[in-house]
Amino acid sequence: MVAYSKKVMEHFMNPRNVGEIKDADGIGEIGNPVCGDMMSFYIKVKDNKLEDIKFKTFGCGAAIAVSSMVSEAAKGKTLDEALRITNKDIAKKLGGLPKNKLHCSNLGADALHKAIKDYLDKKGK
Amino acid sequence: MNSKIKKDSKKRIFFDNASTTRIDDQVFKEMESYFRENYGNPSSLHDFGELAKNAVESARKKVANLVGASAEEIYFTSCGTESNNLALWGLARALKGKGNHVISSVIEHHSVLNPLKEMKKNGWNISLVPVDKCGLINTKDIENEITDSTILISIMHANNEIGTIQKLKEISLIAKKNNIIFHSDGVATAGIIPVNVRELGIDAYSFSAQQLHGPKGVAALFIKKGTGIRPIFLGGTQEKGRRAGTENVPGIVGFGKACELAKIKMEDNIKYISKLRDNLINGIINKVKDVKLNGSTTDRLPGNVHISFKYIEGESILLMLNMEGIAAASGSSCTSQALKSSHVLNAIGLSPTMAQGSVLFSLGKYNTVEEVSRLLEVLPPIVKRLREMSPIYKE
Ligand code: FES
Repeated sequence: MVAYSKKVMEHFMNPRNVGEIKDADGIGEIGNPVCGDMMSFYIKVKDNKLEDIKFKTFGCGAAIAVSSMVSEAAKGKTLDEALRITNKDIAKKLGGLPKNKLHCSNLGADALHKAIKDYLDKKGK
Repeated sequence: MNSKIKKDSKKRIFFDNASTTRIDDQVFKEMESYFRENYGNPSSLHDFGELAKNAVESARKKVANLVGASAEEIYFTSCGTESNNLALWGLARALKGKGNHVISSVIEHHSVLNPLKEMKKNGWNISLVPVDKCGLINTKDIENEITDSTILISIMHANNEIGTIQKLKEISLIAKKNNIIFHSDGVATAGIIPVNVRELGIDAYSFSAQQLHGPKGVAALFIKKGTGIRPIFLGGTQEKGRRAGTENVPGIVGFGKACELAKIKMEDNIKYISKLRDNLINGIINKVKDVKLNGSTTDRLPGNVHISFKYIEGESILLMLNMEGIAAASGSSCTSQALKSSHVLNAIGLSPTMAQGSVLFSLGKYNTVEEVSRLLEVLPPIVKRLREMSPIYKE
């Protein structure tokens, strides 16, 4: 099938941290302008660290694997560290993505960052 | 998991017969000697050549017979795409003195739509008629588009994605009344349902061997006797100069055999395959909530099951099915290289979300009741898993 790396397929078949957080501290929702898919990230913050992350994704295999990898990479990190995670990092961690699937990796980190900003905005108020 | 299920799960299941079909063993056998012993070029004068020529001509009769044409009206090409290109460019150029307007539809295959786009850049006027939510063309729409300069109408017989069968006879009557040449892309229909170009009143008809359990790399264009057409390949005098290039002899022999078999077995195959289709459709509707059957319930190809699963995306469904050894297709934008969802699904007014969740299971004569049951077993849990991951899913 699609030329996905082993790592992508492994995350796709066993995605980590799927779900929602009812009383999330921050929520980041993002739509994929290229193909019309969606991703939502929910975060729980404690002592400036991402204590818990959950996600839900409506999209292709790459989008699901990317969300899973983002959640894994960011969990337990400080907000600053998490904000520094780039889409490139995620694609790299997944052993690369097919060229026409790189846009799906853009979703993942963006959605997470949006959730963090949502948290910071709420806190700032 | 008991060992029997495990063993069965290794078995690959091909529910993608709309993309291509497995070659029939009898067809394959028939072709073999034309690779190994009788490898002559039909244009040569010696015995090798004559043998090849006879084989091509005997196949031509069988191919013609499948669609109710006479042998001299069949022109061999390399694929359905070539047949469509030859028909559009060839007919339109032959009619250039008469007018420059071509009517077609929004749900045609890309091998019709893209040549039309190119023709537009080259001075032809192109009108594409819409379809209703079942994928059917309203023949009135065609009539309304006709002008004094309309020279050609090209409407596909059945749609390769949603399986809707058009009312060709009605369209051909309109074409005839207005003295317009009528071409139909029959790649999804020939060998699958009965086709008679005379009864349907068609001037040109494209069809392909790989869709009817023949080999890849060979197809045909029927051109009614007396219809003018300009070649798009120039070279030797093969196919009466209308399609230059050395004939694909083994392929043509296989195509002939495949047409012969398709014709003999047509009724049985239709009965068998449509029963599988209905079992699968009913099974999915019974076992999975929030699904929609796309296309027409009445004018539908025997093997076509085109279903949208709400809240989830097609590529992830296909990936999970593929892990189970099951092959299917989807009109989701994520599965297309261009990242655009299927133009056919847009044309029938399917919402973007439902187009994303579309899956095409296309069945053929080699599929079995057991395979359908197996799919009905593995599919509901896959849908459930993906829905649990979906941010738009509501129970
Ligand atoms: S989410 Fe649509 S291509 Fe990845």
